[in-house]
Amino acid sequence: MSASAANSPEQASNSTGALLEVHGVAKRFGSSDVLKNISLDIASGEFLTLLGESGSGKTTLLRLIAGFEQPTSGEIWMSGERLDTLPPYKRRVNTVFQQYALFPHLSVRDNVAYGLRVKNTPAVEISGRVEEALRMVKMQDFAGARPSKLSGGQQQRVALARALVNRPQLLLLDEPLSALDANLRMQMRSELKSLQREIGITFLFVTHDQEEAMALSDRVALLRNGALEQVASPREIYARPATAYTAQFIGQTNLLRGEILRGIATCGVLRWPLEEADGPAIFSLRPEAIRLCADGKRQTTEVKFNGAVRQQLYGGATELLEVECGPGQFLRVRLPASGPITGENEFVFSIADAIRVQE
Amino acid sequence: MYSRAYKSLVSVPPLLWVALFLLLPYVLMFAHSFWAVQQGVIVHHWNLNNYKTLFAKPLYVEVLFRTMRIAASVTCCSILLGYPLAYFLSFHARARKELLYQLVIVPLWVSYLVRGYAWKTILGSDGVLNGFLQYLHITHEPVAFLLYSPFAVVLMLTHIYTPFVFLPIYAALEHIPRPLVEASHDLGANSFQTFFRVILPLSMPGLLAGATFAFLLTLGDFLAPLLVGGPSGTMIANVVQSLFGAAFDWPLGAAISVFILMLTISLLFLSEILEKRWAYK
Repeated sequence: MSASAANSPEQASNSTGALLEVHGVAKRFGSSDVLKNISLDIASGEFLTLLGESGSGKTTLLRLIAGFEQPTSGEIWMSGERLDTLPPYKRRVNTVFQQYALFPHLSVRDNVAYGLRVKNTPAVEISGRVEEALRMVKMQDFAGARPSKLSGGQQQRVALARALVNRPQLLLLDEPLSALDANLRMQMRSELKSLQREIGITFLFVTHDQEEAMALSDRVALLRNGALEQVASPREIYARPATAYTAQFIGQTNLLRGEILRGIATCGVLRWPLEEADGPAIFSLRPEAIRLCADGKRQTTEVKFNGAVRQQLYGGATELLEVECGPGQFLRVRLPASGPITGENEFVFSIADAIRVQE
Repeated sequence: MYSRAYKSLVSVPPLLWVALFLLLPYVLMFAHSFWAVQQGVIVHHWNLNNYKTLFAKPLYVEVLFRTMRIAASVTCCSILLGYPLAYFLSFHARARKELLYQLVIVPLWVSYLVRGYAWKTILGSDGVLNGFLQYLHITHEPVAFLLYSPFAVVLMLTHIYTPFVFLPIYAALEHIPRPLVEASHDLGANSFQTFFRVILPLSMPGLLAGATFAFLLTLGDFLAPLLVGGPSGTMIANVVQSLFGAAFDWPLGAAISVFILMLTISLLFLSEILEKRWAYK
């Protein structure tokens, strides 16, 4: 489940090139376990997303790394140094907060300069770096403005510049796009991605939006009730979800519950050969893995079934069908849009697309 | 909308009240300050002599300066006590916050006079403090300057006005979004830097409101000097009181009152301008 290296921290940082290592971290607030034994490595230059529902512990993990909370147990290391024992202001980590947290009494320029000023950077260097950071986020024309005069998207950029100007080894982003409206969110999403490529800083991004996670990340770490459910690249986590929860949380899927008996998998009316040990089994079958079988023929590696179309939802490029393939057994089918479909139809899917998942 | 009768019904009484008990007294006071007293009678003889006396007589100037000095001391002491208290309550008290807050507020319900007499009992020659000092053999005879001195006035008024200073500062601190404090730490600022660069600037409006309370309330106070001030602790309000009373020089008393009123109004204006300047968002 976890991407943790089995090595000791020192060896791990040398051998794997991991920038940040989280070792068996747990966090308890009162009587509730918010995080349970989390182990996770983040490679230098990586864009890693902590994905999860609200209450999954993703923000808590971020706050532990930033230093706003102390882990109940476990250790956090960065670049071969113990991180969790340092106060937040001594960590080479910067955060972009959910509501931006810009200082209302300071201009945009002074907000961005804040981190450099408190570390007594020479004044000449400050003005150059602030200028550069503001140019990077295209906010150089607003240097003199107060944050309250800026739109949400502009405040977002300033918050980004204020963090990046310190050249952190690791940038933490706590749902930075959630306060923006849909269009702006899409635009900032692509800007964020190209910015990260450009400057090569490691990003740890927190979101509850699986689409956002898929679009931005090199790897996605899915959290569920304070534990890591799966850590993998977006393509892998979508194509090969390890658990039923992952399969349902990331994209849409059909969960087929059935059993394997003497080399045959049976889920309701669907049956296909599968050489695995006997017992109950759950399969995830993506709606787009199912297609219409126009000529009635099927390969030996495919499963064919008859289904009655009960509902058709038009979605522009695709259509989502709700198909009843047996009494009370429904499957969702995503087809390229091609006009209304009604009544009984033959459908087919490849056995390889029925991914066996854990509960 | 509302009928004419209803509108006048709700607006006339308060307007009458203001005219009768606020405007009229002010106008009378203002007029008196330009009149004079001849052979024990107030004569409506317009002149500026009262104002000249106020600034020419060393006695009045001295009392005026002492009053401002005491007001400034009370303001400083209340801030020095009230700010750290408010800061502690707002940022570090956690579970005990409500209890401590109530403990700060409770003295406000106790009568001003009771608290004044309490200080008299504490500071007097055979008071609690002197008894304690002698018991410990720190002093051998009662320390006289404790009571009937400007020191006693500052002490008593600081005690009375600290909650007034505490409240607006506490409200301002409570309004500072906590992510701003975290952002400051995140950007590399330690607790001192965070306090002076983020928390203090953002609490300035509250600090200013508290300071204005303490300064202006002290400026017009006459009970504290009466109870614990003695001759060396006399303040301007006591002078006004005696001019209106025993001395029977209403015109001079009115002139001093007008002067204090102007001073108060300008300070309120100044504080409002500064508060607006320091109010963000």
